[in-house]
Amino acid sequence: MWDSTMTVMMLEGIRDTVYMTVVSTLFGYILGLPLGIALTLTDKNGLRQNRTIYRTLDMIINITRSVPFLILLIVVMPLTKLLVGKSYGSTATIVPLTLAAAPLIGRMVESSLKEVNRGVIEAAVSMGAKTKTIVFKVLIGEARTSLLVGVTIVLGTVLGYSAMAGVVGGGGLGDIAIRYGYYRYDTPVMLVTLVFIVAIVQLMQVVGTLLAKRMDHRNNE
Amino acid sequence: MNDNYITLNAISKHYSAKNGTVEALKNVSLSLPQNEIFGVIGLSGAGKSTLVRCINLLERPDTGEIIINRENLLNLGSEELRLRRQKIGMIFQHFNLLEQQTVLNNVCFPLEIRGIPRKERREKAMGLLEKVGLAEKAEAYPSQLSGGQKQRVAIARVLANEPDILLCDEATSALDPETTKTILGLIKTIHDTMGITVVIITHEMKVIQEICSSVAVLENGEVQEIGTVSELFVNPKSRAAKRLLLLEEEEDETYVG
Repeated sequence: MWDSTMTVMMLEGIRDTVYMTVVSTLFGYILGLPLGIALTLTDKNGLRQNRTIYRTLDMIINITRSVPFLILLIVVMPLTKLLVGKSYGSTATIVPLTLAAAPLIGRMVESSLKEVNRGVIEAAVSMGAKTKTIVFKVLIGEARTSLLVGVTIVLGTVLGYSAMAGVVGGGGLGDIAIRYGYYRYDTPVMLVTLVFIVAIVQLMQVVGTLLAKRMDHRNNE
Repeated sequence: MNDNYITLNAISKHYSAKNGTVEALKNVSLSLPQNEIFGVIGLSGAGKSTLVRCINLLERPDTGEIIINRENLLNLGSEELRLRRQKIGMIFQHFNLLEQQTVLNNVCFPLEIRGIPRKERREKAMGLLEKVGLAEKAEAYPSQLSGGQKQRVAIARVLANEPDILLCDEATSALDPETTKTILGLIKTIHDTMGITVVIITHEMKVIQEICSSVAVLENGEVQEIGTVSELFVNPKSRAAKRLLLLEEEEDETYVG
């Protein structure tokens, strides 16, 4: 029962899963990174305190974060169709994945940036640094290890979401697992896809942790 | 003409805390002549950190005026203030270096802020590291340095902008007595050679004795007494000053014992 078409399908599945995960995470950061920076700056004790902006962003994030991904996937289908031209397949799945990742990323970035020592920020202010310089050199520069750990967590989460998209023909390993494991009761194929999914997440985790450790100069005895 | 280089005029500052408001500074007025090493001493909670943070407006006072060189900082727009701050250096108790950057990059940072080209700022930073005796640590990271070395990096960093004022917020409080002496010596040398007005905030009489010419004693957000350091030691007038001197004596005795 395992033949070359199966192998090809698995390889394509891996390719599609990695493609959806990586591209959605990337787009997610394009939206989520500025969001996280805005949250950090406008919160109280931030460099640009603004209650209204903070509360608005905070609320948007809380609302979007509480929509279950499977529902979001269906709700944004018209938008997906508009942007991609169809509502199934791995490219189409990138749209809801990005929208689900962005608020999560916003929160992760916010929490990473808020870990940065206030004293160092104060020192930069006392040197007459522009807010932009403080954001890039001090906040992002000093929080880079934590930000990178955040990226690995986001990748894992987005990969998990991408598998859910299999329900509506989203493509990738999740799609295969649902079609074979759920609709055809082909448990071995489902288990194989599962092994691949676990392996991908594991790999990303290991690489991420390694890079984060390398980049961290705080305690390298 | 040289008098009153920095003038704090009736500064008040309060914080809202959970259990009511805290009056950190109550109507504080101080005049600091140019080129002097001026000390502000007080126990923790006296308001001295708030006071020094008002000089470069890291804290904005509720009322009062902060005049430096005949210019009221409170009247400056945010961009003018940002540029003015580049000439008011500050060093901190916990050094506040960029942990993820090398020593050299830390010293380059203020120059980068001012938009100085990379090559030029690296050369200048190297020169400053030599000046503080840390040239060989240029490529090290702050976590690899001792407290005293970190503070010397912070001093090199602060000198990069050639400030006319140096604010020291408990700059030696995290250091042992030996290192404190070296750092104070370095600050003194810088003061003597570059003609900088220095403001030192401390809770240790030893620091005042070692380096300052005049001193203000702060307690409960109020100035209790201002005078020359010798006056303070020979004839302290306020209760706060007497208490601080007494504390110092006790500490000395425990050292000997």
